[in-house]
Amino acid sequence: MRSNKTVKVLGAPRMERCIGCHSCSLACARLVHKRLSWDCAGIRVLSSGGLTTGFEARHCLACDPAPCVAACPTGAFTQRRGGGVIVRSRRCIRCGECARACPVDAVYLDHAGEPFTCIHCGRCVAFCPHRCLELEERTLAPVAAETAGAAADDGVAGDHGDGGVVADREGPADTGAGAEVPR
Amino acid sequence: MMRDFFRVLVVDLATGKGEPVNLEGRATHLGGSGLAALLFERYGDVRKPWNDPEQPLIFAIGPLTGAFPLMSKTVCGFLSPYHNQYAESHAGGRSALALRFADLDALVLRGRAPHPAFLTVASRHLKLSDASYLWGLEVDDAGKLLRRISPGSGHRGILRIGPAGETGSAMAGINVDTYRHFGRLGAGAVMGAKRLKALVIHGDAAFDLPSSSDYPKLFQKIHQQVTATPMMDKYHHLGTPANVAVLNQLQALPVRNLQATHDPAAAGISGERFAEQALLRNMACSGCPLGCIHVGFIREPFLEPDHYLYRQVAYDHEPIFAVGSMLGVTDPFQVLAIIDAAERQGLDVMAAGVALAWATEASATGLISEAETLLPLQFGAAAGYRQAMGHLGRGRNDFYRLLAQGTLGAADQYGGRDFACVLGQEMAGYATGEVFFISQALGFRHSHLDTGGYAYDQQDHPQDAAAAVDFLIQDEQERVLLTSLVSCLFARAVYNRELTVACLSVLGYGEAATNLDQIAAGIQAERWRLRLAGGFDPRQVPIPKRFTEVVTGKGRIDPDYLAALQREYSRRIGAWSAMESETETGA
Repeated sequence: MRSNKTVKVLGAPRMERCIGCHSCSLACARLVHKRLSWDCAGIRVLSSGGLTTGFEARHCLACDPAPCVAACPTGAFTQRRGGGVIVRSRRCIRCGECARACPVDAVYLDHAGEPFTCIHCGRCVAFCPHRCLELEERTLAPVAAETAGAAADDGVAGDHGDGGVVADREGPADTGAGAEVPR
Repeated sequence: MMRDFFRVLVVDLATGKGEPVNLEGRATHLGGSGLAALLFERYGDVRKPWNDPEQPLIFAIGPLTGAFPLMSKTVCGFLSPYHNQYAESHAGGRSALALRFADLDALVLRGRAPHPAFLTVASRHLKLSDASYLWGLEVDDAGKLLRRISPGSGHRGILRIGPAGETGSAMAGINVDTYRHFGRLGAGAVMGAKRLKALVIHGDAAFDLPSSSDYPKLFQKIHQQVTATPMMDKYHHLGTPANVAVLNQLQALPVRNLQATHDPAAAGISGERFAEQALLRNMACSGCPLGCIHVGFIREPFLEPDHYLYRQVAYDHEPIFAVGSMLGVTDPFQVLAIIDAAERQGLDVMAAGVALAWATEASATGLISEAETLLPLQFGAAAGYRQAMGHLGRGRNDFYRLLAQGTLGAADQYGGRDFACVLGQEMAGYATGEVFFISQALGFRHSHLDTGGYAYDQQDHPQDAAAAVDFLIQDEQERVLLTSLVSCLFARAVYNRELTVACLSVLGYGEAATNLDQIAAGIQAERWRLRLAGGFDPRQVPIPKRFTEVVTGKGRIDPDYLAALQREYSRRIGAWSAMESETETGA
């Protein structure tokens, strides 16, 4: 048995402070996905019914079990221990079922149908000028050792200290201002 | 995204069809101000009137838009209804990033729609839709409907006009995302003349970035600089309204149609007072972590007992001056209510406030009466100004329709030219001295942001017209570089030449980065040549008598110095016309 393990989960507990600068989305796209975009990111900021009513963040709420995982027909989305998903983009067939299954619109599909969702790495947090975001620690329920071992054998990093995600594309991450996760 | 040409969408509003055009010129015109001038040269005609259907309405961004903090502005280029000459107006909101992610360096609107229309643009979408049901609506009502019927919530810019733009007011701005504006010189009327109620730009594309770590490292450094050092504090703390108390103290705050430059009661509308009493929250333009947009609130009873409505109204130094100190209104909530009334009409709040200040003095001196103003206008009487904004925006009678074309025009008919506070257009909120007055009167945009003339006045310079004009020319050149990138001018202390070179280089614009002095000088000259070709004669710009009567903290205005500055600045501006003639002769 393993105990007292934690995973990191991105939260947006102070969105009433949000000024709508999109720095979080741009940071995620830039650092995690190497894109210039406010869409291809694990967090997107939208006005909640017009700019007069403030902003809300669309990001993965770290469901466990995650509906997007159940909907994915190829195993490109698998359950992350403690909530959220592990994404193997190489397995993705761009069907979009993950986005349709997500009840909170936290999966974005680009024009080619590639899904983008939060990997709970927390790279966006430091770019929020008003500390709307934070990376929370969530304690994992104890699990059988053999289950955890099976996940490791599958080549999936599911509970990294930096939030955990996956990267199954070739090539090392260029670290830049911190560890980057290539898709 | 990093391309050595411009990708421009040229839309004919008469047919609703667009043509994507790839245009050379990145290495000479960068984008923003430079690109707008290039496009106006190509599609505009300074010999035809501003409302000729073929005149272009241009929205241009730059090579750094969206790629670095505060690169968040869009330049609008157009022939102004105010003077029928080439003009620029700048705005942020979501417009710049929306254009970037619509995969456009610029959007050019030509032609006139056959009926009131709104245009939606995205990276893979272009549609002109009927907007007959939106025509006549105020800015906020139109905005709510456009939000409901347009795609791209959260990642779009919604640009729309109010009744002022529809009626051809030279004081009509284009509202951008509720709280920002292409405010000055009448861009809203150009949209109205094209029967275009609104433009919705949905940024739905993404771009690959350089694989090197140099770019994210440079981004991080700049982000840190603007968010974790005090250099930008003034913009996101009190914001520009901090100027109200400072200028009042310096005897440089225009008060009651510039009858004075100081008012003890102006303490009631200081940035500090607004923050304490009326500030609801801050907002930001997309791509800028500062959050300099200050949104206040008004709360008013509408039904007895205890039924209230509330509205949110953005404020800055300039609108506070224009409808506050300039109108003798010194209560923050009353100021916000007047701003709100002007905003709903789609008026440039600065121009409208200054125009009503003139009308108030003209009323007091008996030049006009309620036959013209339809209601009593008195300094400090806010309720009247709220109603008058409606009359001005909708052009209720001949008087308001004439006033909406510019205060000097109304003064020519009714008298009161001496106290019309017009410096090329209705004045900005700085009565700092001779250099600012001339810098706005002759400046390219007639804007306080053309140059730092107000700052020059506050420094201890001897009266040397040549030296002052040297400063104005050089400062304008620095700023035109920033507005070609396109940076917010609040970031001018951040994006020095070294950093600008680094930003351009890391994104692959190395050729432009090595040549910035020449590029900036070229864009500056090109803009002026366009302006001069339209008939601008800086020597003939009137400086109304009020500006020579006013006493600032530095003392009385010196009319001789004022005249010397105008002569010298005119000579230098005129030289750009001569440069063109020489070039043409040589060719």
